[in-house]
Amino acid sequence: MSGERRTVRTIINGEPFEREIEVRLLASDFIRHEAGLTGTHVGCEHGVCGACTILLDGAPVRSCLLLAVQLSSHNVETVEGLGTAQNLHPLQQSFWEKHGLQCGYCTPGILMTMKAFLAENPNPSTAEIRTVLAGHLCRCTGYQQIVESVVGAAQRMAQLPDVKA
Amino acid sequence: MKPAQFAYRDPVTVVEALNLLAEYGEDARLLAGGQSLVPMLNFRLVQPAVIIDLNGIEELCNIQVAGDRFRIGSMARQASVESHRDIIRGWPLLVDALRHVAHPPIRNRGTIGGSLAHNDPAAELPAVMVALGTRMILQSAREQRTVPAEFFFVSPLETALAPDELLVAIEAPVPNPSAGWGFAEISRRHGDFALAAAAVQLIPGETGRAPGARIVVTGVAERPLRVSEAENILCEGAWSAARDKAIRAAVETAVEPFEDLHAPGWYRQQAAGVMAARACQDALMRGADLAARHD
Amino acid sequence: MATRFVGERIKRREDLNLLTGRATFIDDIMLPGMVHGAVLRSPHASARIHSIQTAAALALAGVHAVLTSEQLGDANSDMPLLNDDPGFIYPRTHRALAAGEVRFVGEAVAFVVADTRYVCEDALALIEVEYEVREPAVDVIAAAAKGAPLVHDDTESNIACRTVNESGNTARAFEDAEVIIREVLRPERGAAQPIETRGVVADYETKTGRLTVWDTTQVPVGARTVLAEKLAMPEADITVIAPDVGGGFGVKIMLVYPEELLVPFAACMLGRPVKWIEDRQEHFLGSNHERLMVHEVTLAANRDGRLLGLSDTFYYDSGAYCPYGPINAICCQGILPGPYKIPNLRTEYLAVYTNTPIVSPYRGAGQPHGAFVMETMMNRLARELEIDPVEVRRRNLVSPADCPYDAGTVFQNNTPLIHQDCDYPAELEKLLEALDYDAVLRTLPGLRDVGVYRGIAVAFYVEGTGIAPYEGVEVRVEPTNFVHVATGYPAQGQGHHTALAQVVAEALAVDLEQVRVQSGRTDAFAWGVGTLSSRSAVIGGTAAVLASARVREKALELAATHLEAAVDDLELVSGCVQVKGVPGHTITLGELAAQSNPINSLEPGVEPGLRATEYHRPEGAEFSSGIHGAIIDVDIETGVPTIQKYVVVHDCGNMINPAIVEGQVLGGTAQGIGGAFYEKLVFNEQGQLLTTTFMDYLLPTAMEIPEIEIHHLDRPSTRNPLGVKGVGEGGAIGAPAVCAAAVEAALQPFGVRCNAVPLSPSDILAMINNAKVG
Repeated sequence: MSGERRTVRTIINGEPFEREIEVRLLASDFIRHEAGLTGTHVGCEHGVCGACTILLDGAPVRSCLLLAVQLSSHNVETVEGLGTAQNLHPLQQSFWEKHGLQCGYCTPGILMTMKAFLAENPNPSTAEIRTVLAGHLCRCTGYQQIVESVVGAAQRMAQLPDVKA
Repeated sequence: MKPAQFAYRDPVTVVEALNLLAEYGEDARLLAGGQSLVPMLNFRLVQPAVIIDLNGIEELCNIQVAGDRFRIGSMARQASVESHRDIIRGWPLLVDALRHVAHPPIRNRGTIGGSLAHNDPAAELPAVMVALGTRMILQSAREQRTVPAEFFFVSPLETALAPDELLVAIEAPVPNPSAGWGFAEISRRHGDFALAAAAVQLIPGETGRAPGARIVVTGVAERPLRVSEAENILCEGAWSAARDKAIRAAVETAVEPFEDLHAPGWYRQQAAGVMAARACQDALMRGADLAARHD
Repeated sequence: MATRFVGERIKRREDLNLLTGRATFIDDIMLPGMVHGAVLRSPHASARIHSIQTAAALALAGVHAVLTSEQLGDANSDMPLLNDDPGFIYPRTHRALAAGEVRFVGEAVAFVVADTRYVCEDALALIEVEYEVREPAVDVIAAAAKGAPLVHDDTESNIACRTVNESGNTARAFEDAEVIIREVLRPERGAAQPIETRGVVADYETKTGRLTVWDTTQVPVGARTVLAEKLAMPEADITVIAPDVGGGFGVKIMLVYPEELLVPFAACMLGRPVKWIEDRQEHFLGSNHERLMVHEVTLAANRDGRLLGLSDTFYYDSGAYCPYGPINAICCQGILPGPYKIPNLRTEYLAVYTNTPIVSPYRGAGQPHGAFVMETMMNRLARELEIDPVEVRRRNLVSPADCPYDAGTVFQNNTPLIHQDCDYPAELEKLLEALDYDAVLRTLPGLRDVGVYRGIAVAFYVEGTGIAPYEGVEVRVEPTNFVHVATGYPAQGQGHHTALAQVVAEALAVDLEQVRVQSGRTDAFAWGVGTLSSRSAVIGGTAAVLASARVREKALELAATHLEAAVDDLELVSGCVQVKGVPGHTITLGELAAQSNPINSLEPGVEPGLRATEYHRPEGAEFSSGIHGAIIDVDIETGVPTIQKYVVVHDCGNMINPAIVEGQVLGGTAQGIGGAFYEKLVFNEQGQLLTTTFMDYLLPTAMEIPEIEIHHLDRPSTRNPLGVKGVGEGGAIGAPAVCAAAVEAALQPFGVRCNAVPLSPSDILAMINNAKVG
């Protein structure tokens, strides 16, 4: 017995992507294994750890709580679209400078959330950052250097008016 | 943790959705925000034959303010409601409570209607709906009916929704702008479900009428509990240590707390009293403040 | 002029891939023809298996295999015992798949291989197992009692091991003492819960007979040895690779977990790659925990606060098997005295089998329990004598003048706890200054008057790090001027590659970018123990120093010939050997490497190449230390604690990379705070784990973890060339003790005693309520 299938037609990091899949396939698995973008990670599959967070039409959401079919006709952004080693996003640059990651497993989800957060809140307090960061579990860092990284990124982005948040 | 197989339907109108509900009945589950349902699918706690995805039904997403009433479509995202200018101005209790619901990525997908239809006994939104005097608008192929919030929430994970009914919107009067309100919650961590929470909405008196209040607690009973004895005490007069103590006692007596991993029943009971008293105190202070500003 | 890298906050080379989503974690590995696996786990804590029906599962479209212990044959023999203990009575280890008996909920019973993980889970539901359920032994004290249900049928009790350690004469000390304090303390820990769960990918090439295994293990070399034995294959045909790993904290050390054998076995059997990725619920059930110890403690002292003796009898919950040995108990008693002089010591531990998941180390490995016990007893002594808790500590601290000071206990690997290269009084003073301790104390009564219940507390810890037996590092200069560094121990986020590069680059005077590091893969370096016990910088770092020194020596010798100069007249500068003071007279390390290729020259007795491999086998452990301080408010109406200020003063000796060190301290402390207030594994009476999701088992978020102030007090180790002492676990060791103590201090008016961790708000409110009533 094979499961019901549908074709997903979506846009990931600005590129159209289409694939026929089983309707029960989770968006996290679709992004990672169908689209081959393994930067988005899976930590719990019940929406708590935040490692799977992507931007859907610009808003952070848990990809483990979306069905792949729900991505059709929407815009998906993942960490691969944020920047490259040659052209780091200010968030990536700041995390690098301020030791904002250790094992790096939770990091992509945090980067995507913070990208959206800084777009709405370009000058956040550390308390505001912590409130948003609370939606992401990290076991390595104790969060402090992540907060410092986000503060650094906000400062950096304030000096670069051309940078699209 | 991957879902079992299911058939998938994605209607684009309410009528289509209702027809599907009528066709599949108990074999189907409605997919709203998915923040409660998809984990259950992943754990295989539920294995419906059919998933009816409501996310394509635009008519369910509207947030409308018409004069002195709010109407929020059941598929409006919690984040949209939280950031809606008119709601921030007119329903601050709802906005404050929403900030206690999980975290932004959850609220970006979670819907107002989904949370209410799910009715977790420790969720914040059901209690707030009762405190705001909200009415639920239910639609089936047969009819549309309105159910006041107080009667909508039946027992944990159970509401007044019939198997062939869809919650399409919620509606409530916009509170008086000088009405005080309060919301207080204890949870294990920021964003977690409430161990106990209290939502308080004051109803300022019109000339000649005694002011009223709605004090609703959650996390401590089968459904959000309105504690009328505490409301009477609150409306008796000014705040005092004795009144504080009496409100706590009234709430502690009224609740039927359940026990779980995070807290025993006696703790929820005691915490509910404390939260109610604190929310009442906040409501009175805010009310005085707002009244002064509106004079 | 030498460029300094060691001691600098060098940006990590690991980060660019991790930040751009281009790392390779286990689930990122995709191989052609790859299929997936899933484990059927026991739903019962104790049961006999009468039959396993797999036909329906096998018949499901997309299923390739269903393995039970029968199919595994000889491969399903007992796993090795990693740590022996002279007190062992019944050493029992697990197997890959249960054969006839299950002993904990979550134990592996069968393994399914199918096209996708989704189909695997469909197939799991179709396997029918006939269980005869038996009464389990769940609570550690109940399990130790006579007549308790036996976890292992071939034993006479659940007490796996009983070991007594003694120094001095505690019986006489207790007779002579002016004050005796007795307590029963129950420090409990939880589970490591890295954000990445475990996983294994195996690829067996039938043509060549080569097996490659990617594994989220902290001990790849050891894993290969076990696989070779179980699969009856030459080690040389097996490569084990630890890819990028998303956190370990101890839970990814086992030799081996069932899946680490099942996946390669299935790959060999099917002749195609197999992948198994653990999901979060499985991680709670099938990966190890670190759990409860119940300590019955007696402390003897004089009225002036000076300690005379300590006796601690404790029960150690081992879980259903003990492949790791009672290592957490060993480590706990090994550092129990902390920084204090206690002339008479006796510890007795009973490691007890229970029908629950296996217990093995989680960041700290029993030392958080030990610190909780010692620091709580010091606070109780202070209360009894009405002396300030800080003063009581001062009166008993080992000071630099006392060093080297044998504390009377023995840590793992038979290392006596000998205090040296330390300054505990200075740590204490630095902490008190950072806390503004005396000033805060003065504010407390006034705060209480307005309903603010605030407490301030300190907690010392001494931890064993850098434990034996060894690590090795190869340093190899290549003709292209790259310097290749390889070692056997892997990383799970600690920045080992960066730290090693810093050490080697400085030693050889090359640019950091010239140094390339490979670790954790047996085809790059085949000897090693692993990443655990805060040992990598101490042992791996030392091996890197030794290997670099040999390469430097060789380079100078080779260059002496080419430059026609004496070795003493040569120096290493910017990747070259040059004659001192004659910048033009130089030869690059790359050229020297080319020259030392045996094509060009091969002298008898001289190893070709500009390379060296050195092993460091330390004598015993290093001992790091620190002291945590916390100011905590308790809401007496709700029992909710709020940390107002948290300070860590720690001594890990020299720091290769201070940013990395601080990250370790911050992360460890956060896990410790989790263990103080949030994280608790809860079993019911049937041995069912009730906390199997992140909704039930609460990891602290950025809202629960405060800002943590760190002060470094570096007393370099004199026992290794880098002067480092190991830093990974200290944060986790001191936190539960200080949090419980600060809560207790805040609630002093109620006479509350925090005898256990973790403490939930209802635990705290119950203590307040009982105190009011009583």
